[in-house]
Amino acid sequence: MAVSLHSVRHTFGRTSALLDIGLGVAWGECVALFGHNGAGKTTLLRIMATLLKPTSGTMQMAGHPYPGDRSLIRAATGFLGHQPLLYDDLTSRENLRFYGRLFDVSDVESRVSEVLEAVGMERMAERRVRTLSNGMQKRVALARALLHRPKVLLLDEPETGLDQASLTLLEQVLKDSLQTGASIVMATHDVDFGLRLAHRAVVIDGGRVVKDVPASEMDADALRELLAGHREHTP
Amino acid sequence: MRAYWRGALAVYRKDLLLEARSKEAVSTVAVFSLLVVFIFSFAFDPSPRTLALVGPGIIWVSYTFGGILGLNRAFSHEKDKGTLEGLVLAPLSKDAIYMGKFMGTLTLMLIVELLMLPVFLFFFDLNVLSFWFLVIALLAATGFAAVGTLFSAIAVNTRSREVMLPLLFLPMALPVVIAAVAGTEDALAGRGWAALGQWVQLLIAYDFIFIVLSSLTFEFVLEE
Repeated sequence: MAVSLHSVRHTFGRTSALLDIGLGVAWGECVALFGHNGAGKTTLLRIMATLLKPTSGTMQMAGHPYPGDRSLIRAATGFLGHQPLLYDDLTSRENLRFYGRLFDVSDVESRVSEVLEAVGMERMAERRVRTLSNGMQKRVALARALLHRPKVLLLDEPETGLDQASLTLLEQVLKDSLQTGASIVMATHDVDFGLRLAHRAVVIDGGRVVKDVPASEMDADALRELLAGHREHTP
Repeated sequence: MRAYWRGALAVYRKDLLLEARSKEAVSTVAVFSLLVVFIFSFAFDPSPRTLALVGPGIIWVSYTFGGILGLNRAFSHEKDKGTLEGLVLAPLSKDAIYMGKFMGTLTLMLIVELLMLPVFLFFFDLNVLSFWFLVIALLAATGFAAVGTLFSAIAVNTRSREVMLPLLFLPMALPVVIAAVAGTEDALAGRGWAALGQWVQLLIAYDFIFIVLSSLTFEFVLEE
């Protein structure tokens, strides 16, 4: 398994964010996490990325156990969160070069050009990040997450702020990653996008997995209804 | 070891490039230090006797408080832009990130110290180009950067970080301030190793201890 979570719990003070989450993701599989705001999707992804320590529970990411050496998990995972993690006063290329050095990417220059081309940003490579639109920054951030050829991609609402053309490009990039055998876990609010790309749909509510079915068996309208229902019941 | 220096140099080069583009930290610290010197130049009678007494204090008040402004920026920029997470996610031992940040802070402090030398010469006619003063300035800046980088990373996670950093940093940096002021007084008076030795040794020991200690504890500061 590329990802394997056992009884993962997380609390912020006295508030429980995740309750006994169990989740397995096979190699080359894409899992879409659905849920309303505050359901626990981001917390779950941040735990998988080792940015948060689970209060209890264990996991294996790309074959590396946690608790264990976080560096091994970090080297094998790519994380795209709500913030692009880019330096405004550096160009896209300089940002990627910097991260390439941190992640010990071999032949950094050609790899940077490769990922910039993959996300359609090679013509903007020499522009400072502060001059790029949010959608363009998101594309560079995706390039950053892909730079070190991660075995597991963790994406938190990757579609946010993207226009239709960028969304199509994102979909293609993610499909290409899946074809190389990488696994993807992504949280999304875009039901159509998530179901189109994912093999499995997982619905999280109140820190629990309440539904885990093959994406092909999940009806988009039913999922929207389910999410709307969860939202209505959320205080 | 190769990974350590690769990471440290990547962080260092990135910080220098960002500073070269924005010039925010150097200009802020230099202007602040200049203002301190300017105010003191009116506060005291600039006779050689008075300057011999208060000169070292003025130099280190200006460097210390100017330095705090620069230290505040070492991590606040990373925190505000969210890039601190990018550093945390790097599969490196976090002491490499500390070393890169430390070298960046030290470079900034040394640049400001160099920029201020002609100012001290002009306003107070102090012999700031003496060899021993330059040694003291280098060692004291190293101590400030060693402790300041660690406390800057601690303070950035607190709500009132601008206030928290001086509160954490100044008590810990007190031995450096004392050694720097006393050593500067001896250096400017033209005294040799016999007088200066104890201060130079204290600064070397302090720098060594805090570079090692800060490197060892940095991971606990940076990680959740």
